[in-house]
Amino acid sequence: MHVPQVWIDFGYLLAAVCFILGLRFLSSPKTARQGNLVAAAGMLVALAATAVQVTNFTFVIIGVVIGVVVGVAGARFVKMTAMPQMVALFNGVGGGAAALIATSDYLQSAGGQGPGVLIPVVFSAVVGSISFAGSMIAFLKLQEWMTGRPVTYPGQQVVNGLIALAILAIAVYLMVTGSIPPAYIAMVVLALVLGVAFVLPIGGADMPVVISLLNAFTGLAAAATGFVLGNTVLIVAGALVGASGTLLTLLMSRAMGRSIGNVLFSAFGSAPAAGAAAAAGADGGTVRSGTADDVAALLAYARTVVIVPGYGLAVAQAQHAVRELADLLEKRGVEVKYAIHPVAGRMPGHMNVLLAEANVPYEQLKEMDEINPELERTDVALVVGANDTTNPAAKDTPSSPIYGMPIIEVDKAGNVVVLKRSMAAGFAGVDNPLYFNPKTTMLFGDAKKSLSDLVNAVKNV
Amino acid sequence: MTARLLAEITVLVLAGFVGFEVISKVPTTLHTPLMSGTNAIHGIVIVGGMLVAGAAAGGWIGAVLGTIAVIFGTINVVGGFLVTDRMLEMFQGRRPAPRKEEQA
Repeated sequence: MHVPQVWIDFGYLLAAVCFILGLRFLSSPKTARQGNLVAAAGMLVALAATAVQVTNFTFVIIGVVIGVVVGVAGARFVKMTAMPQMVALFNGVGGGAAALIATSDYLQSAGGQGPGVLIPVVFSAVVGSISFAGSMIAFLKLQEWMTGRPVTYPGQQVVNGLIALAILAIAVYLMVTGSIPPAYIAMVVLALVLGVAFVLPIGGADMPVVISLLNAFTGLAAAATGFVLGNTVLIVAGALVGASGTLLTLLMSRAMGRSIGNVLFSAFGSAPAAGAAAAAGADGGTVRSGTADDVAALLAYARTVVIVPGYGLAVAQAQHAVRELADLLEKRGVEVKYAIHPVAGRMPGHMNVLLAEANVPYEQLKEMDEINPELERTDVALVVGANDTTNPAAKDTPSSPIYGMPIIEVDKAGNVVVLKRSMAAGFAGVDNPLYFNPKTTMLFGDAKKSLSDLVNAVKNV
Repeated sequence: MTARLLAEITVLVLAGFVGFEVISKVPTTLHTPLMSGTNAIHGIVIVGGMLVAGAAAGGWIGAVLGTIAVIFGTINVVGGFLVTDRMLEMFQGRRPAPRKEEQA
């Protein structure tokens, strides 16, 4: 089919406009869904403008059919609680696609295209491969098919640095000497290794930052692919995603009170901080564990209750149970609010999505800065599967690894109830003095089970 | 060549600024759908996959790499937009309590 180039370019322009408008609509919950649809429509336009340039449809159709089946199945059947790993997976395949396109271009044109094309080819191949491999490791960690703790060994950062240098050296070598497929392949393999090695030492709690960053990587790889193919819609879309991923990465690390370098390279939470544990123990604190009936009485006769959800809520899929408890308490005249820490969960805004699924009204969701001044007047803070984001050591123990991280100050509330599976430390591997606080009652067990016990107990109060 | 390259770099830089500007207005509540939505948008690489896989004279390397790239890109696009839509559906405020299929 022959379509004039002008029409094709116009289609791509339309697609780029749709992407920007779609993101614009995402800034309000009311228009967000339309925004996503507008962006999807833009994608359709871009695909149509590309389809008219295709001469051999066999492989394109095979690829699209397989991709649609896998993509639809993945998107429809994934549980809301498993969303972070699904996003990681989708992100990874995007990066993989960029790397494959660059590789195909390199091998076929035999690299003889001058630096204007060679630089983006190499960039896209390397960054796409890092994003692919890194996202797969992030997926495995979040899915808990491998340990969520940092995987470390002595000299790890040095080894990673050397791999990065080797990649850079090969890239420069390719620029200077032209086409050397074996060297190119070696570079891609090293980039895959670096992607794995780079994410391995990063702990589960830091995954919101990593996923944002890998998202930015894939965006930049897509933009580089645009340079390779001389296609502006790829450049625009890639730059948008690169900017958004970078911004989210910075926001997330700021919310943890740490620099981006610290998040990525410090293997945070690898060694349980024995010092903090000893300190808490030495303060003479003992852990007070209560029954569902004790806690139910506390909650039922409170005036205000603030619920602090964390990753444990997602793991136990307890968002509906927590809503049920909140409804019950509200019927008794208790004022219920939710305190959302910016990095609670494994993805930016993770808790908001889960609570929205359980139909919790927006007005009850309070951000950290908004709720902290209110906690002094709160009767009971109910911590559901959150740990590090409530750890007072972040405020008052300068030796603690999480010192300086802004927290939800639940220790200011009249009473604290912590629903937790066991006394194990959180993902940061840091002990939480909150549990030794005399105001704190621990209710051990799976969060969902504990919450439904509480629901029954509150009914009988 | 250099003129084209310069034009492309201009587009890249300006689009980057637009990205920062637009994204900084998105509230924290919507950060997960935002990430998932931008995630779907970078699935645009499927365009490159189609061009590689669909070139008649691509040879077997182009066919294999291109087809895998199309599979990956399609998963990225389709999965990304669907997952985002599922999330945003829940953000649309109060749903009418009984759904049609549940009433039947």
